Amino acid sequence: MDKNNQAAHLKKEILIKTIKAFLSDDFGESTRLIPFEMRPKGYEVPYRCCIYKEREILRNRIIASLGFSMEGADERILLSNYAKWATEREKPDEHTLTVLESACKGCVPNRIFVTDLCQGCVARPCLENCKFGAISIVNGKSQIDSSKCKNCTKCIQVCPYHAIVKIVVPCENACPVDAISKDEQGHARIDFDKCIACGKCVSSCPFGAIHEKSQIIDILYKIKQGKKVVAMIAPSVAGQLPCSIYQLKTAFLKCGFYDVLEVAQGADITATNEAKEFHERMNEGQPFMTTSCCAGYNNLVDKHLSEIAQYRSDTKTPMYYSAEICREKYPDAVSVFVSPCVAKKTEAMSNPNVDYVMNYEEMGAMFVAHKIELSELEPSSFDSEASKEGRNFGITGGVAKSVEVADNGNSEVKPHLVNGINKESIRTLKSFAKKGQCEFGNLIEVMCCEGGCVGGNDCLNNVRTATKAINEFTKDSKPIV
Amino acid sequence: MAKVKVKICMGTTCFVMGASELQELMDIIPAKYGDDVEIQGVPCLDLCSTSSEAKAPYVMVDLTVISKATVESVLEEIERKLKNGQE
Repeated sequence: MDKNNQAAHLKKEILIKTIKAFLSDDFGESTRLIPFEMRPKGYEVPYRCCIYKEREILRNRIIASLGFSMEGADERILLSNYAKWATEREKPDEHTLTVLESACKGCVPNRIFVTDLCQGCVARPCLENCKFGAISIVNGKSQIDSSKCKNCTKCIQVCPYHAIVKIVVPCENACPVDAISKDEQGHARIDFDKCIACGKCVSSCPFGAIHEKSQIIDILYKIKQGKKVVAMIAPSVAGQLPCSIYQLKTAFLKCGFYDVLEVAQGADITATNEAKEFHERMNEGQPFMTTSCCAGYNNLVDKHLSEIAQYRSDTKTPMYYSAEICREKYPDAVSVFVSPCVAKKTEAMSNPNVDYVMNYEEMGAMFVAHKIELSELEPSSFDSEASKEGRNFGITGGVAKSVEVADNGNSEVKPHLVNGINKESIRTLKSFAKKGQCEFGNLIEVMCCEGGCVGGNDCLNNVRTATKAINEFTKDSKPIV
Repeated sequence: MAKVKVKICMGTTCFVMGASELQELMDIIPAKYGDDVEIQGVPCLDLCSTSSEAKAPYVMVDLTVISKATVESVLEEIERKLKNGQE
């Protein structure tokens, strides 16, 4: 679904309100009152059946923003209690997503449906072409027997009136690994054993019923406690806000962060190591190598595509190297990875050097709540500047290019880009692994999101303008070799 | 005929709440209206402080404020202004 929609707007509004509540004198009480401020007595009811349901769903959204699951949550508990608990926990919850049953529409299951546009024609190509005998003519019009229909969509293709449609459940349809199904009541449920945390369901639900569990309060609380909190900003952040990364550093410092590190520095190490590894693997006669920096792809390989694991690079991600640099520089600091996507939250859970993850929406909300005007800020400099190639990691093709440049002509690099993980690209990757060859190239860059990290589910800017902004920024950066 | 002036707020709040999508107008408007409409991205118009972030992003078309602005709603207002200007 397009980013420009009211569900996305509402989620960002909730984040801003939650952070403002945290910054107020009474976090608990301010939080409890958010649903009433957003939907006061007599206010129009924009989306749901009544103002009480509106408020209840807002309350659920706030609970997710405070970092809690809605699965199994007790509706008798006050928001002020959740706010208190958010500051008391030591570690964020294991699962990164939660479904708000109250907000979930319980969409009708995926199926093929004949609409009123059916003209009851003489040709009846739908009936003639159905291989499963699922179509019959009732009262002069086509009808589909769902028990026989296999969802092949042949009837849709052949109907001259476009009268047959496929009804989809957006979250199920968006999930590339079938991790979402319906419970007995028809509400969406995520199977976390299968989920690769790509975030596609979050962006696709028209009711905004799937939330990321935010760690923003944990982070802000560490700052409030006077801890040294260091932000590690991912390369794709350069195209996200109307300011330079140097002004962005100033903004983080104004919010109380101790220092800001460029993850593009870690990306430089990834590129250099991956180029060496690529050269070795090709010398050993391996047919191809895939990149290994995308957390969504790594989850996919680990959970669903073990056959391609042997071809995946063993080089660590830019987050890994950046966190190592951070730990070395500030051993006692709380490290926060600033991320374009939810998948990086799962990667951070298994890396002891990363304490928290803040996504771009949360970052934007934090600046709004702190009333920071980005374009007016003075720039702050970084101790060391990353390379052009490292800074381009978040754009599709950027990782493959960096490996090619870092290889410096040692090997014959033929990049092939997998720009977005979906059912089709998963099949393609499977076939490369099965055949033990890839006819399109020998260095396969896999990005879970279309456009690269700039297409991540938590990005604020659209892919086109973000890509343009990054290209503009990196054109004068130093080369990696 | 006086030019129609469009100001897209590029303040932090408006950008986070969706003005990023409105950058498209920077290409669309000159191509569609040429010299009749002037468009610029401006620093914070300060409309979020008096109203609320809930109504961001804000765009001004001459003196008319459009809240929760979209590419479509801005173009609609421009058309209205141009039509009124001709009468």
